[in-house]
Amino acid sequence: MTKTFIALLLLCATGTAFANDAASLRASGAWIRVMPANLPAGGYVTLENTGDTPVTLTTASTTAFGHAMIHRSSTDGGMGRMEMVHSVTLPPHASTAFAPGGYHVMLTDAVKPLAVGDKVPVTFTLGDGSTLPVDFIARPANATGPTD
Amino acid sequence: MKSSFPVRLLALLVLLVGVAALAGCQRGAQPPWRLTDVSGHLPDLDFKLTDDNGKTVTGADYRGKVVLLYFGYTHCPDVCPLTLAQLHVVMQRLGAPADDARILFVSVDPARDTPPIMHAYVNAFDKRAIGLVGSPRDTEALAKRFRSAFTREPDKGDGAYDVSHSSAIYIFDRDGKARLLATPSAAQDDIVHDLHLLLDLGVKA
Repeated sequence: MTKTFIALLLLCATGTAFANDAASLRASGAWIRVMPANLPAGGYVTLENTGDTPVTLTTASTTAFGHAMIHRSSTDGGMGRMEMVHSVTLPPHASTAFAPGGYHVMLTDAVKPLAVGDKVPVTFTLGDGSTLPVDFIARPANATGPTD
Repeated sequence: MKSSFPVRLLALLVLLVGVAALAGCQRGAQPPWRLTDVSGHLPDLDFKLTDDNGKTVTGADYRGKVVLLYFGYTHCPDVCPLTLAQLHVVMQRLGAPADDARILFVSVDPARDTPPIMHAYVNAFDKRAIGLVGSPRDTEALAKRFRSAFTREPDKGDGAYDVSHSSAIYIFDRDGKARLLATPSAAQDDIVHDLHLLLDLGVKA
């Protein structure tokens, strides 16, 4: 009896945790800067964690590009550089911006050329294995945000 | 002894006038720049490179124009497009006078950036942007001239690599004199403000 109860409790706990990560995230303002000549493009989005616990974002994937990687740019000390990021922690009750000059999804080798206005589905994998699908809007190279 | 209020006020006024006079002396009739004034601290705009139409160009070809010089590369997915997109907005905000300004985007990745790729790239941002490429030696010489630096990072496999590079924007007057330095994080208002002033200066007679 006790064993069953504990098992049920565990199941509940896992079940909740499993649903939690993706369920507590809200994505908004997702866009991709479309570059000419199949050059690498940056993907940007604001992710709000409405939950009470931090959520870890580990990978991004899409069928529209050969590769999708999470990168972070910096211009510290006047040098512009990029680094690959293995995970991004999204703190609870806060929004984390993937924005030009900081975190971004680096997208390379477009399967077919993107046109401005296209929707590109990108799936983020979270720490607990759940996934968050987000539609990114293709925007012109000289756009500065999702709607300018 | 404690000095009385009027005496202290007078002392303060004298000091302020003195500082103002000194500043006036040093700066001459300098416009009230908001960006970093580098006048006299960096050499004139001078180079020999190939533009995005495949034509050989030199710094002298841009005399008469206010020039915004920026080093970058086309495989740069984030910081370079961000900077060029911001400069495009700056040019739009300048209005008609922007036709007297040019954005020179110099590639620090001569191995991959050819004039046709540069042409497609710069024109995706602004019609007053020009892409410039050169031999590794010429590119390095220009970067060194302006104490700029770039480093090719290790291969990430499949031949892809990043290039870390100075992110400053060098601004030259119509005579090719280095005048201002902006960072990509500079307020757009400040860049617009200073470019208006610089465009108003005209060419030295």
